Amino acid sequence: MSHRFHHLLAIEPLSREQITFLLDQAKPFQEFQRYPLKKLATLRGKTIALSFFENSTRTRISFATAAARMGADTMNLQAESSSLKKGESLLDTIHTLEAMKPDVFVIRHSSSGAAEFVSRRVDVPVINAGDGTHEHPTQGLLDALTIRDRRGQLDGCKITIIGDILHSRVARSNIHLLAKFGAHITLCGPAMWLPRELECLAPNVRRVPVLEDALDGAEVIMALRIQQERIHEPSLPADEYILRYQLTPARLRLACPDAIVLHPGPMIRGLEIDPAVADSPQSCVLDQVTNGLAIRMAILFELVAGSSDPQEHAKDSAHASD
Amino acid sequence: MLLIKNGRVIDPSSKTGALLDVLVDKGKIAKIAPSISASDALSLDAANCIVAPGFIDLHCHLREPGGEISETIESGTQSAARGGFTAVCPMPNTQPVNDNASVTRAIMERAAAVSPVRVWPIGAASKESKGEQLAEIAAMQQAGAVAVSDDGRPIASARLLRQVMDYCGPLGLPVIDHCEDSSLAAGGVMREGPRSIRLGLKGMPAAAESVCAGRDVEVALLSGACLHIAHMSTRGSLEHVRSAKRRGLAVTCEVTPHHFTLIDEDVQYDSHYKMNPPLASREDRDALLEGLADGTVDAIATDHAPHHPASKDVEFDRAPFGILGFETAIALALSELVHAKRISLMRMVELFTSGPARVLGKNGKSHALAEGSPADITIFSTDREWTYRTAESPSRSRNSPFEGRKFHGGPVATIVDGKIVYRS
Repeated sequence: MSHRFHHLLAIEPLSREQITFLLDQAKPFQEFQRYPLKKLATLRGKTIALSFFENSTRTRISFATAAARMGADTMNLQAESSSLKKGESLLDTIHTLEAMKPDVFVIRHSSSGAAEFVSRRVDVPVINAGDGTHEHPTQGLLDALTIRDRRGQLDGCKITIIGDILHSRVARSNIHLLAKFGAHITLCGPAMWLPRELECLAPNVRRVPVLEDALDGAEVIMALRIQQERIHEPSLPADEYILRYQLTPARLRLACPDAIVLHPGPMIRGLEIDPAVADSPQSCVLDQVTNGLAIRMAILFELVAGSSDPQEHAKDSAHASD
Repeated sequence: MLLIKNGRVIDPSSKTGALLDVLVDKGKIAKIAPSISASDALSLDAANCIVAPGFIDLHCHLREPGGEISETIESGTQSAARGGFTAVCPMPNTQPVNDNASVTRAIMERAAAVSPVRVWPIGAASKESKGEQLAEIAAMQQAGAVAVSDDGRPIASARLLRQVMDYCGPLGLPVIDHCEDSSLAAGGVMREGPRSIRLGLKGMPAAAESVCAGRDVEVALLSGACLHIAHMSTRGSLEHVRSAKRRGLAVTCEVTPHHFTLIDEDVQYDSHYKMNPPLASREDRDALLEGLADGTVDAIATDHAPHHPASKDVEFDRAPFGILGFETAIALALSELVHAKRISLMRMVELFTSGPARVLGKNGKSHALAEGSPADITIFSTDREWTYRTAESPSRSRNSPFEGRKFHGGPVATIVDGKIVYRS
């Protein structure tokens, strides 16, 4: 099958068809989240190595829950755990985990390219759960799923992304993904977080430093978290950011009347987003969270179960019991 | 006696370019003439090869003392001989820093014992290269240092640079600066540009180098001493050097093979593409090629920077800067500059011989293929097909982005003081 994936490292190299395939694969898992008994046996006996070298709450819980609902077991490595603090190299840690025979690695790391680096050294699939300021592909996919559900299609959508674009892996994954569907992408934020090279990332990307201008005609608005921990430059005073870039009800009215609002979380109410906007019917923030589960289940299915024929799988299990 | 037969002698200092034989006796060049016969001499057939004065590398890291896990004076100089170099200038950023005569002497003594090539150490400009106090510059010079630099980092302040230059002027020592405005470059791991934005890697703007080069040229104007800008990688710095030369200042510069070969668009999540200065934009690289062709650039230097595999085999942003350089320098200069018809073979040889010799103030016949000169000779082929394999290198490190690259032309034999120290 042409859609076959070995790893999910980034959105950039994926084709439009591959993305559509993954979004379609997530459909049944979206429905599944409404079932009273949320447990499948699809990945029973499979082990998922959740390797979070950088702190994460929502992405880690989302992957862990997705794994549990697929019937898989998880190995958990968290940033606070001791081997990392003791100075063990990434490769040594990964090889140690690999020796425990997981079927897939889910990797979150503060270094851009870390997931790709690991993927070259292990025999099992690797899912990038966010690498530095590079990409966060499952976030890009869950955002696309959310937009597609609300709008009916992704093609040609007009999206405005607000915040620290320079340091945002979420923005990069969204830009790469939506550009493949002919989206018109407007990036908005303080100029030092909006370098002109961002326009080279994909077609139809423009920078607009004034939020009021950037929201004009927007059908999708994505407010990013202000990631203080990733900012090397002297940071902007919060009040200055609020003054110019907070997504307020008044500013939201400048966009299309049925525009939807996305936020990758964690959301700081009163900083990048006004509580009234976060709680408005236009906000899709909680849909994003639920869709995250569906997307991650679909990806685990594709990379772990999808790699073996069900009959082969049964035979392998029989051998395993010898 | 050694007789080098049938080679094409290329010597920029005498503008020689002809089929000539070279007779070497007692470590000196005894005779250069067509068809020499000397029955009692060991004969080295250099047919289809270029016979040039010994190549000098102005910029390398031999890591000893302190970094022997990555390289030693012995392993590094063997690699240099294999790369066709007869003299190399190790930078002072060892542990301890080469900032006093006892370290310089230790390097010289070790080199005398184990090195197949000449080792001309560069001393630190400031104590521990910290940019606070002057190092023991004259004492290091007496022990063998040929220049000063705080390489690895820029000479910290314009004031210190001025003092170093004022002091080095009468000593005849060039001051070599690693140009980088540390505040602009802070945290960067590659050149800032579309590629760094795409990869999500923190960029260093080209201006970080050029701003510092501009400062240095202005201080050189104030002081009048010799300033040499190391591993230049941007159009802006090149323009500073060009205008300084036009004003008659003693300002020189070098470019590395990787900076004229690769660009930022080549960078992968592979630390073999991580060096400082980082790989430049295509526009800046093209400016370097112009500078190499028009004479603005004085020397090709390798910035051979070995790092043990364990230290390089990590996340890109955590890896140290630097790549191996000795063994690919000639092949890269041939393929990117000569075969690509950007410069002549004569100019290429100049960039490896009389160019760097002039930077070090070693003028005249001491570094030419002339009767009576020391027999330091580099013989290379312009068309021999070979594949670079780091596993075959005497270096203790393997960090090269050119692993597996096929080349046309490369070192054939290296002769130091009349002795063959490497033969392919």
